[in-house]
Amino acid sequence: MTADDSRGAPPGAAGTRLPSRAGVGLKPQHFTGIVESAPDIGFFEIHAENYFVAGGPFHHYLGRIREDYPLSVHGVGLSLGGKEPPDPAHLKALRTLLDRYQPHSFSEHLAWSGHGGTFVNDLLPLVYTGAALTRVCEHIEQVQDFLGRRMLLENPATYVEFEQSDYCETDFIGELVRRSGCGLLLDVNNVYVSCINHHRDARSYMAALPLDSVGEIHLAGFSRDRDAAGAPLLIDNHGSRVDRAVWQLYAELLERTGRLPTLIEWDNDVPGLDTLLAEAQRAEALLQSLPEPSNES
Amino acid sequence: MKAETGWAEWTTALLDPDQPTPAGLRAWNGSDPAHRFAVYRNNVTVSLIEALASAFPVTQQLAGEALFRGMAREFVRAAPPRSPLLAEYGADFPAFLADFPPAEAQPWLADTARLELACTRAYHATDAEPVAPEKIQALLEDTDALPASRFSLHPSLHTLQSPWAVASLWATYQNAGDLDGVDVARAENTWILRSGLQVAVLRMRAGDCHFADALQRRATFAEAAERALQSDPEFDLSACLAVLLREQMITAVEQ
Repeated sequence: MTADDSRGAPPGAAGTRLPSRAGVGLKPQHFTGIVESAPDIGFFEIHAENYFVAGGPFHHYLGRIREDYPLSVHGVGLSLGGKEPPDPAHLKALRTLLDRYQPHSFSEHLAWSGHGGTFVNDLLPLVYTGAALTRVCEHIEQVQDFLGRRMLLENPATYVEFEQSDYCETDFIGELVRRSGCGLLLDVNNVYVSCINHHRDARSYMAALPLDSVGEIHLAGFSRDRDAAGAPLLIDNHGSRVDRAVWQLYAELLERTGRLPTLIEWDNDVPGLDTLLAEAQRAEALLQSLPEPSNES
Repeated sequence: MKAETGWAEWTTALLDPDQPTPAGLRAWNGSDPAHRFAVYRNNVTVSLIEALASAFPVTQQLAGEALFRGMAREFVRAAPPRSPLLAEYGADFPAFLADFPPAEAQPWLADTARLELACTRAYHATDAEPVAPEKIQALLEDTDALPASRFSLHPSLHTLQSPWAVASLWATYQNAGDLDGVDVARAENTWILRSGLQVAVLRMRAGDCHFADALQRRATFAEAAERALQSDPEFDLSACLAVLLREQMITAVEQ
């Protein structure tokens, strides 16, 4: 499948997409609790690379949970913003994982995470130039072609900007979506964090994104710091509840887009399953308060 | 020609605090971007230290948090991950500890880390079905076929022979016991394996470790038993086989 063929197609394999409900990240400490209590939740999301292991409890529980729930696979190490094309061995492992679990969605980040064989385990920002646009677009198309499916691209949370950038972030993302045919994973927390950090208006930022292409929403918590001049600097640490300002932006977004699959991301200081599900319930209540879509296309 | 993202410059600077902040960064308010870049430095270093801390909890408790994090920081900077598969990160951490002068006072730290590394590998090892016990029993009674048979052991099975009581340290930690109460200057031989979904650390004899190692290197049953007895005259073959059967570690037999 070429990128052109996938344009306009629903995210994921033919005929599948995540339900427009709230989901949570799947954490090993919650495996048995989920299997025993079978919570009413829209979907689970995993970090792809954690499941590149050969066997054992991770695959045992994911296999069981996948029987009962829709699944989103979220990559954190493909380094689409890197200088080099996506690593073929990584892509192969990814395809094996997607073949095995047939997820409803696959997503990755507009970021890079290493260079020259070193992996630094963070999502790093890139210069937004025409050359970068061409390169990232090629990387996305390579991924989509190899996996035989459309992917979602997540907007970043960043702490610096580059003097050399020619594009604003929303134009850069919009152009990537248009050229590659990928969808957008709109991380509302990242929008808020980046807009505070770079003194932008979050509502204008969101409105400038290709909202028709959003296939999934992420919500998460941040921590607070200050920059060298004392201005607020928010850190996207996924270590707490979703902030009130982010809930507000999310509610406003939904008014415009209608119901969308929404993930609560909580990756550090992970709370008990009940707390995580309660946070997801908040998103679910917002989703359910919207009119039912007339056409689930 | 516009400058591209400084991938190499960033990667070096993220891991080495003595390197300058990469050029070409800006902040909306004109504030020093070094402070903002430090967020990335901190994310990288701390997330990798946390990855090691969660993979080596017993080693951390023995060393104390301050020493452990100091060692982990040095390791992260000297040997950052080569792959995004963080479950594999830290394979060289035990050897690093063995050569790290501040850890010299606790020479058992490296073997404790080796045991924890084996636990992680056992946890994620390939799944394999055990051979039916009746089939193994029949082979064990077949004195003609047994000596030349080759046994495949479960991929999760690892062995560790240490001059230190690392299995006791591990067990004491699991039961939230007092690690200072363990007589650490005592050699222990250990099997690390996954039985069902649980990782188990079993105290064994030296001969058991040699036996399992030999089988995993594709020695015949007779060769493996002989090697075990040479290394450990008190090696008890029936006791060793009983543990292999109980833990369902025999996954294939070739006659």
